Amino acid sequence: MRMGLTMGTLVAILAVTTTGCTTQRYWGGSTAVGNNTQAKIGLVTKTDTNPYFVALRQAAQAEASKLGAQFTALAGKFDGDNDGQVTAIENLVQRGVNTILITPNSATGVLSAIKQARDKGIMVIALDTETDPATAVDATYATDNTAAGRQEGQYVKAVLGDKPPQLLMLDGTAGSTVDTQRHTGFLQGFGLSDGDPAIIGHQSVNGDQSQAQQGMENLLQRATSVNAVYTLNEPTARGAYAALQARGLLNQVVMGSIDGGCQGVQDVKDGKYGATVMQFPAKMAALGVDAAVEYAKSGKKPSGFQNTGSMVITDKPVPGIPSQDTAWGLQNCWGK
Amino acid sequence: MATTANGTRASFGEYVLRTPAVGPTIALVVAVVVFSLSTSTFLELDNLSLVVEQSLVVGTMALGQTLIILTAGIDLANAANTVLATLLMAKLVVGGAPAWLALLVGIAAATLIGALTGVLVTNIKLPPFIVTLGLLTILTAVSRIYTGESVPVSDPLLSWLGTRRYLFGGIEVTYGMTVALVMFLVVWYALTKTGWGKHVYAVGNEPEAARLSGINVQRTVIGVYIIAGLIYGIAAWQALGRVPNADPNAYQTANLDSITAVVIGGTSLFGGRGSVLGTLVGALIVTVLRSGLTQAGIDDLYQNVATGILVIAAVALDRFTRGRQR
Repeated sequence: MRMGLTMGTLVAILAVTTTGCTTQRYWGGSTAVGNNTQAKIGLVTKTDTNPYFVALRQAAQAEASKLGAQFTALAGKFDGDNDGQVTAIENLVQRGVNTILITPNSATGVLSAIKQARDKGIMVIALDTETDPATAVDATYATDNTAAGRQEGQYVKAVLGDKPPQLLMLDGTAGSTVDTQRHTGFLQGFGLSDGDPAIIGHQSVNGDQSQAQQGMENLLQRATSVNAVYTLNEPTARGAYAALQARGLLNQVVMGSIDGGCQGVQDVKDGKYGATVMQFPAKMAALGVDAAVEYAKSGKKPSGFQNTGSMVITDKPVPGIPSQDTAWGLQNCWGK
Repeated sequence: MATTANGTRASFGEYVLRTPAVGPTIALVVAVVVFSLSTSTFLELDNLSLVVEQSLVVGTMALGQTLIILTAGIDLANAANTVLATLLMAKLVVGGAPAWLALLVGIAAATLIGALTGVLVTNIKLPPFIVTLGLLTILTAVSRIYTGESVPVSDPLLSWLGTRRYLFGGIEVTYGMTVALVMFLVVWYALTKTGWGKHVYAVGNEPEAARLSGINVQRTVIGVYIIAGLIYGIAAWQALGRVPNADPNAYQTANLDSITAVVIGGTSLFGGRGSVLGTLVGALIVTVLRSGLTQAGIDDLYQNVATGILVIAAVALDRFTRGRQR
């Protein structure tokens, strides 16, 4: 019986792997802190490759090296990969970290894993994206995305002036928290509500440049009267720019974006779109690592939401909207 | 010990080559031993049960995928089918339906989609790759139309497979593990001990010869797609047990991950050769690699490199053994 032998082998593995283990509930390493324990920090980002998260990871790594903390970075495989993030959290707990910094893929997707980690005495801090409820983590260091959306909306509306708006909206991934907050904030700042006839089209393009270009091309097939464009992030804005340029519509459109990546600031400098709203991921990461080191040293935890701020970057400032120019933007951008 | 066709005792090497699940099992043991020696945290009961738990959702999808690949088909839409079922279950419960009904509706929907796939493959004679590629796109879109956002759901029945743990000789076990193990054993029994199982292998090996020997090829293949759909429905229940949040953007790579588990488990993509126990081992290998390499402090991009090398090695082994048999 070949199969019988295989089953035997499986049983043998189980026997081999389970003998000699204690039956104690024990998760790699102790999570006791205080008394100047070394900080062991695990960072879980949404993905590995998005330059924004790369900047956040590098800043966290640099701060951890500076302060002599142990540092491990893991990530989900794609935006929305809750399961991958749960696995990452579990593996970090197993590794014996005493703080987990996480940019959750969805506000609710990883709450049970976070709770399990916190029940074991691990401090969990959300970076960049809030959890829902916010009390699911010890503290949150993030951009207020609704405020960032509002800044983009106010700027685009101010430049448009008295012209009746004809707005196209390029959204991110339906269901993502950041997507909803920025979209809502933009409409607040712009002074419209969802379903208003001034919104002549919208499309979810997953924050992806090629999908954004395609989406914009499709929208422009039936909406050449456009004079205002909302984009969720800079890759989306670049895709939209390519489509607008191909149709020769650039001069009639005011477009805004959010991110503050170096390429995005350069885009604004080159006049591809009017403004972008910069966020500060390196600041979030550094604050998170500092809190982790303090927690390991003294057992003190931070709490609540700390807004790390957002800033309009444009070379065509508008009265009443605080902004910085692209020279300042290039000095402070992320993703160099 | 296995014997060759002419009655002589086969060498161990030949036995390994001819029995699909043995190679991957050896690889799994090697991986477990290596990680146990090289990290202080891998060989702990908690971690071992965690590795099994992390394999459940993709492992269950891979069980259905194995059946389809045995008939020389492929299913690219299995994860999309699973995700839609999680959304149905979660949204119905949030809307006030009883959980048992939501569960049944989700599993029934997944089974129906399996039946539809089977009909398109057999009656309309379309290649499975094309049919499931189309369905992947459709189902993903339907999920996003149905709920524009993720649906958190807190219900004891829907998360039953993930939350109810009991200690069994010091090992933490979820009901999900038990359910998955039972499913694998049932499908293994059906494939190896029943006439239906022999038909499935025959259809995957030589459909024409199977037809001439009186097997109803069409009915066998449709049956396989229906059973796979049912299994994907249960995978949806497993998914809610693990993450109590149905998300239209979840499991985007699980279709390929399930194929990875099947292939590493020694099942041939050409059909007619392989085993579900191999798939179980294959799913565990992928998770063991991720868990062990993480604890050894290896970057997760290198973990993906290791998984890819394993896939290619597994298929190379399959080609090599086929060459020896012919």
